[in-house]
Amino acid sequence: MAELEAVIGLEIHVQLATRTKMFCGCELSFGDEPNVHTCPICLAHPGVLPVPNEQAIRYALQIGLALECEIAPWSIFHRKNYFYPDSPKAYQISQYDIPICGAGRLGDVRIHRAHLEEDAAKMVHVGTSGRIHGSGASLVDFNRGGTPLVEIVTEPDLRGAAEAAEWARLLRETVRQLGVSDVNMEEGSLRVDANVSVRPAGSEELGTKTELKNMNSFRFLQRGIEAELTRQREIVESGGTVTQETLHFDPAGGTLTPLRSKEEAHDYRYFPEPDLVPLAPTEEMLREAREALPELPAARIARYEGLGLAPEVALTLATDPETAGYFEQTAEAADGIEPRVVANWVTGELAAALRQAGVEGGATASKVSPQFLAELVRLVQEKKISHGSGKTVLAKLVEEGGDPAAIVEREGLAQISGDGELAAIVEKAMADNADAVEKVREGNGKAIGAIVGAVMRETKGRADGGEVNRLIRERL
Amino acid sequence: MIDREQVLHVAKLARLRLSDEEVERMVGELSGILDHVDRIGNLDLEGVEPTSHVVALENVLRPDGAPWQSLPRDTALAPAPEPYEGAFRVPSPQAE
Amino acid sequence: MSELLSLSGVEALRQIDAGELSGDELFSAYVEAAAGDELGAYLWRAEPGRPGCAGHGDGPLAGIPVAVKDIFCTEGVPTTAGSRILEGYRPPYTATAVQRLTDAGARVLGKTNMDEFAMGSSNENSAYGPVLNPWDRERVPGGSSGGSAAVVAGGLAPWSIGTDTGGSIRQPAAFCGIVGLKPTYGAVSRYGMIAFASSLDQCGPLTRTVSDAALLLGILQGRDPLDSTSVGIDGGISLPDREDLSGLRFGVPAELARDAVDSGVRTIFEQTLQKIEELGGEIAEVSLPSAEHGISAYYVIAPAEASSNLARYDGVRYGMRAGGDGDLIEMYETTRSQGFGAEVKRRIMLGTYALSSGYYEAYYGQAQKVRTRIAQDFSGAFEAVDFVVTPTAPSVAFKLGEKTDDPLAMYMNDFFTVPMSLAGIPAISIPAGLAEPDGGGPRLPVGFQIAAPAFAEQRLLDAAYALERGIGFDARPGGANG
Repeated sequence: MAELEAVIGLEIHVQLATRTKMFCGCELSFGDEPNVHTCPICLAHPGVLPVPNEQAIRYALQIGLALECEIAPWSIFHRKNYFYPDSPKAYQISQYDIPICGAGRLGDVRIHRAHLEEDAAKMVHVGTSGRIHGSGASLVDFNRGGTPLVEIVTEPDLRGAAEAAEWARLLRETVRQLGVSDVNMEEGSLRVDANVSVRPAGSEELGTKTELKNMNSFRFLQRGIEAELTRQREIVESGGTVTQETLHFDPAGGTLTPLRSKEEAHDYRYFPEPDLVPLAPTEEMLREAREALPELPAARIARYEGLGLAPEVALTLATDPETAGYFEQTAEAADGIEPRVVANWVTGELAAALRQAGVEGGATASKVSPQFLAELVRLVQEKKISHGSGKTVLAKLVEEGGDPAAIVEREGLAQISGDGELAAIVEKAMADNADAVEKVREGNGKAIGAIVGAVMRETKGRADGGEVNRLIRERL
Repeated sequence: MIDREQVLHVAKLARLRLSDEEVERMVGELSGILDHVDRIGNLDLEGVEPTSHVVALENVLRPDGAPWQSLPRDTALAPAPEPYEGAFRVPSPQAE
Repeated sequence: MSELLSLSGVEALRQIDAGELSGDELFSAYVEAAAGDELGAYLWRAEPGRPGCAGHGDGPLAGIPVAVKDIFCTEGVPTTAGSRILEGYRPPYTATAVQRLTDAGARVLGKTNMDEFAMGSSNENSAYGPVLNPWDRERVPGGSSGGSAAVVAGGLAPWSIGTDTGGSIRQPAAFCGIVGLKPTYGAVSRYGMIAFASSLDQCGPLTRTVSDAALLLGILQGRDPLDSTSVGIDGGISLPDREDLSGLRFGVPAELARDAVDSGVRTIFEQTLQKIEELGGEIAEVSLPSAEHGISAYYVIAPAEASSNLARYDGVRYGMRAGGDGDLIEMYETTRSQGFGAEVKRRIMLGTYALSSGYYEAYYGQAQKVRTRIAQDFSGAFEAVDFVVTPTAPSVAFKLGEKTDDPLAMYMNDFFTVPMSLAGIPAISIPAGLAEPDGGGPRLPVGFQIAAPAFAEQRLLDAAYALERGIGFDARPGGANG
């Protein structure tokens, strides 16, 4: 049979970090005693009415703009009707066919839409109640009920589990840098569900999809999707058909279990929410949302790659805006030196030196100023000191701060180079390692290492390795 | 016009349990009402926008300022049919 | 009815202002009268010594009592919406409309009986027994604000507030011979008003005089940050003082002329049109082509919204719970089946059906289009006339049990009032005379309905005031006019 390809779409719920809930003024909190942040509105008492949180709208606009979505000039709320104890009104206020954000894109994945809605309350199962017919009980805590959510739905553009997890990480980082959410999967402020199907490679039609829920880390997301792809492939390859269902991921075993299939699928009976008036984002709101956007990861990665940075380095910096800022300051001070070189020092040598010294908080928290790092890099590039010496100086800068030139002077680390002093040392080393010299002459290139090593020891690493190699070869 | 099957289905959606007698009566009453209501199905309403909002307002929003006083937990739980350790207790959904 | 208890609100305030009367005196007199309620009109009453709900007595309403339909949440005071499912429920907060009254100094005298969740036109759908019409205790007071109307007509409250979704203030006002006003949708906050049909519900006054209605409306109206659909009335409301109706045009809709109107009602209606002309007003015919479909549209939209609004009564957080020994579905079904009455169940079923998969467009979608047309019809009519007038109800108060077997017949009580609700425009019913029912019986009040464009309450009240003076209706229940 034809090879099967994976078709994956993601449904992401982002809890917004507003001060108050979506439709009432109760405080948003996490981990407090149950039911201490409730009011008649979020408890759905008779007669109450919702009023939308202005900041939630603004955050939704920011998310939409960050995802390059079309912003609807006019959108409305709908009621999604269903009975469950975690839904006190027995309907969720959400958006249906006219959401605030339409089509967009992030990286290689198209966004289908993004909309606003309110979160459900928390239910905890407490096992047998001890009654005659006891089938257990649940306890409901309404603290979380009413938290503003933005739901983001992608097109099914992803083609693998690893790709999905990586894209999800990019999404998380993007939203995190907007400052609109904690996007913490363990705490539940970021929830990612996956819609997974398979189809013959090259086909345009979509296969039956299943919905995967309860994967509360990127690792689990990847494992869950992998497990489901395997399961679907086995079914299709053995001639069966995939049933549309919702599967619950169990982190303990890494397995997927079908959620109880309801006798009838939900009929949400959507209709426009009569208690709320439409949203029509004004020019000013859009402008303010646009201005509130920082340079986001996708754009930053593109810019850095344009400057010549390797993709992994660009990604590392893009996911750490503070270090990225530090890098840019250093690159500016190191005017004339390739940004790629500067970036490598920042994400490579400096990061290692900080780790080594147990310094926390990244480059910006260290004693190494961007200007002096730039100077150090220049010293190495201009071969005033060897790379190795550079690392030694860096360690000192991390420890005590200060000026690299002064440290070089103080420690006598100036590079020994060129004809004269270095040549003399090279010749002595060659003389001391005659058998190595012989081997090199015979074609064993690696033997040169012994001679280079001898020179380095003699110069205490202050010679430039490339220079030493040159001098040796000249004298073979 | 609306049959017994439909009545039972709708009752389920609405979480109502109707006795056989009630179902019979509902079939009759709802059919009668729907008969009358169905007349609007014959009207030519081509191009007419459905009313979705009565007042011509937009962007009525609430500033996300200082949180207001939530109810003290005792007050929130006072009307609860089964309060339990600070939470609202309910029977579990049928075994998963 | 004693002198004291027959004072209008405006008159009582004038006397209080002049030092001839105190708010306390009036309140006590009414507390005593209310204790003798034989109409089933009160579900809860303030009692001597029991403070009831707030009302400090200071302000423009100077401690005067007001009766409040039991659909308004009143903190700490039982609020049932006429339903078993809220038996014993004491809200943790107070409705904005009530708060505005008590902030102005009024004192809540009692919570009045009503059709369950405001669904009904006769107050026979209350879980706590029917309300009796003070004019004839074998007859209904109308509904759903039956209790609010009966207390005002029966001398058990000087005035009251109720709610009107399809006629629930206007029709009982007509049946009880008092004034009932449904303001423009959005004029008064709905926060704290137990929801029936969100896009139609409005709070309004039931009073003895048009001036009283104006006074209360002035205090009730206003934008409420807790209700995003509220806007209030620009400029507020002043007491009306129009002399006559000269220069005003009154439109009679051709499509709302029905055979199924009691002949007595028709006679009074024609007489009132003549009175309008005597007062200098002009009568014209107008056309509201879609208005006759109002009932059909209303009985899709209102139950649909109600089916969603009443879903929260699930036994989880407040109110009645039954069947809690079973599983969750068992609890939901038992609670709701035992807690809701037949009419409520019927409308929940109707509404759920209208919104369900496959039926939305044909029912809800179509009904909302009819609604747009009706609103357009009124706008068109108001280009030619200042007001549209109709009888408020097709009959006078009917007998208890007379229409309970035929839901559709009951729904037809709203025929004249529903179109204004759908269009969101204000309408008032004032007593225009007495008539015998078709088939014989005592003479009973007939209401005359005047509707105006959105937010034109001041003009509406001014005209109603002048007409009220011209009509000079002074009959009282149990009086010599009976």
